[in-house]
Amino acid sequence: MTLVAAVAMTACGSRTSAEGGAAGVTADVSGDTVKVGLLNSLSGTMAISEVTVRDAIMLAVEEINAAGGVLGKKIQPVGEDGASDWPTFAEKAEKLISEDRVAAVFGCWTSASRKAVKPVFEKNKALLFYPVQYEGLEQSPYIFYTGATTNQQIVPGLDYLKAQGTTSVYLVGSDYVFPRTANKIIKAYAAANGMTVVGEDYAPLGSTEFGTIVNKVKSSGAKAVFNTLNGDSNVAFFKEYKSAGLTAAAMPVVSVSIAEEEVKGIGTQYLEGQLTAWNYYQTTPGAANNRFVAAYKAKYGADKPTSDPMEAAYVSVHLWKAMVEKAGAFDVERVRGASDGITFDAPEGLVTVDGRTQHIAKTARIGRIGADGLITEVWNSGKPVAPDPYLKTYPWASGLS
Amino acid sequence: MTVLFGQLFTGISIGAVLLLVALGLALTFGQMNVINMAHGEFIMAGAYTTYVLQQSITGAGLSLLVALPVAFVVAGTTGMLLEILLIRRLYARPLDTLLVTWGVSLMLQQLARDIFGSPNVQTRAPDLLTGNVAVPGGLTVANNRLFILALALAAVTALTLALRLTPLGRRIRAVVQNRDLAAVSGIPTARVDRTTFFLGSGLAGLAGVALTLLGPIGPTMGTNLIIDAFLVVVVGGIGQLKGSVIVAFALGVLQATGEYLTTLSVAKVIVFVAIVAFLQWRPQGLFTLRTRSLA
Repeated sequence: MTLVAAVAMTACGSRTSAEGGAAGVTADVSGDTVKVGLLNSLSGTMAISEVTVRDAIMLAVEEINAAGGVLGKKIQPVGEDGASDWPTFAEKAEKLISEDRVAAVFGCWTSASRKAVKPVFEKNKALLFYPVQYEGLEQSPYIFYTGATTNQQIVPGLDYLKAQGTTSVYLVGSDYVFPRTANKIIKAYAAANGMTVVGEDYAPLGSTEFGTIVNKVKSSGAKAVFNTLNGDSNVAFFKEYKSAGLTAAAMPVVSVSIAEEEVKGIGTQYLEGQLTAWNYYQTTPGAANNRFVAAYKAKYGADKPTSDPMEAAYVSVHLWKAMVEKAGAFDVERVRGASDGITFDAPEGLVTVDGRTQHIAKTARIGRIGADGLITEVWNSGKPVAPDPYLKTYPWASGLS
Repeated sequence: MTVLFGQLFTGISIGAVLLLVALGLALTFGQMNVINMAHGEFIMAGAYTTYVLQQSITGAGLSLLVALPVAFVVAGTTGMLLEILLIRRLYARPLDTLLVTWGVSLMLQQLARDIFGSPNVQTRAPDLLTGNVAVPGGLTVANNRLFILALALAAVTALTLALRLTPLGRRIRAVVQNRDLAAVSGIPTARVDRTTFFLGSGLAGLAGVALTLLGPIGPTMGTNLIIDAFLVVVVGGIGQLKGSVIVAFALGVLQATGEYLTTLSVAKVIVFVAIVAFLQWRPQGLFTLRTRSLA
């Protein structure tokens, strides 16, 4: 982290004047290095998650530099702290684009931060690689989405529940854009698939009092709970869930925001047996993942788990490199033009960039949390699922967007 | 009907958490008029103490019991140091105290991040406290909630008795009622302030131990609680414990009922509106301390 800070400072010292204008700011690639921006929250409530993403991006940058860089230029990362504050994200994005003149930016976690920086990237015609699963219904020409969209995470999660014979679900989520949109999709799916949504509750972000919500869940008699809570609320929710006598066997909870790192903070005592929906787990088999896990642990510590958003962030840097090399230039429009069909042997398996949606095809995986805090896969989609951010191929979703 | 009883108990247990969190503040803010924004970080210190002890003591039950007194002392000592180093120099400047303790709160959070890392840590609750007991009528009551209720009531009782019956308690009350008169009567007010701050901060540590059973243990856990704690003390009335006790339970039940009938966000609004309306009617809080002090 000190390295990043030092790099950021030298970057500030040697800044060149921005000469953007309507055509957008062109990246400064005149030297023998190419700058990329790293925009994550290193402080505030989201730091817990976003620091791990920053670490994974740095790992990918080091790997690429060790192998000779991109088009013969070493990557020079310029780190900025979004501070869990959405206007700060927009401000720092502007700084990275117009002052540092980076070739691409990697980062953001919450949908709120992505929505805040989106106009900045579109105005400047600069590139953002966004590594986290999100609520879909978005397709910016200047963002590459390397996390799952809804049809690669939430819909498979529902398919799994349906295959298990689940007839009713209770929806619990944090009160902001992702859970609200996700639950709209879930309700549309349920209506078309003979499932009943017996209840729906939202808690403000950071809320840690779940006595009432768990009471409601318990008395609803739902067969399963679909959980879109984010952050600290998950800890309080699962502690309450267990004390109320609810179990994974009787009423499983499918979570879409709990990865290996969060499991450590909640406690396996409370989570054992519960389900998650992601595209990657630390336990995902394959040589590429073995290498990734070993390299990550060697760099950051043996007790540090790897998780889906980290993997997606790591993959995003490698995908950018492949796009640039196919385009033969760092120019944003040429990189975008070259993106379609780019593949990478990622830790989660083979991923392919879909140039039309700028999302990537990923394998969906349902996992069960074990007593050791790791998540083991219980089901996967068999092959990468093509991204469909607007759920156009699902008839039941026609009324959503 | 069952759900309604369940909700009543949920409300009471929310009240117990509020009470435990606010009790220390009722001493330092209520009795001494110090607006200590770092109070939440003393709660955090108590929670991390539980975590550290669990690394060395095997047996979740034993480590929790040991954590109670240790966390009290750890948080109390931190509070006392804060009083000696900073707050004592700012007694006549409430706004400065607020800013300084806010800064201290951020520093303590960063310290926790540096020592324990940004992610939350987990503690293992004793098996006894993760279950629940069935009450006739098909109702179940969570054991951890019962434990917190008992702990909150025990803390209130002990504190009330200490304030009433011990020489130290008499001195604290004397200083609260009329500092100058207490000083000329030979009461060492500076030392009484220090002890009061130790007790108040120690109670926050106790709350921290209890909260490991319910919520996250992380650097920012305290900030989530501090607002509610101040509300309880302000509405309860400065300088009175019984006000805080009544208000904590009343707010708990109001919150739980409102949440059951509407949603969590709306319930919060209901609670805040109720508080604002109440303070319009009684700005001094539920109870006031009548003294002959001219201050």
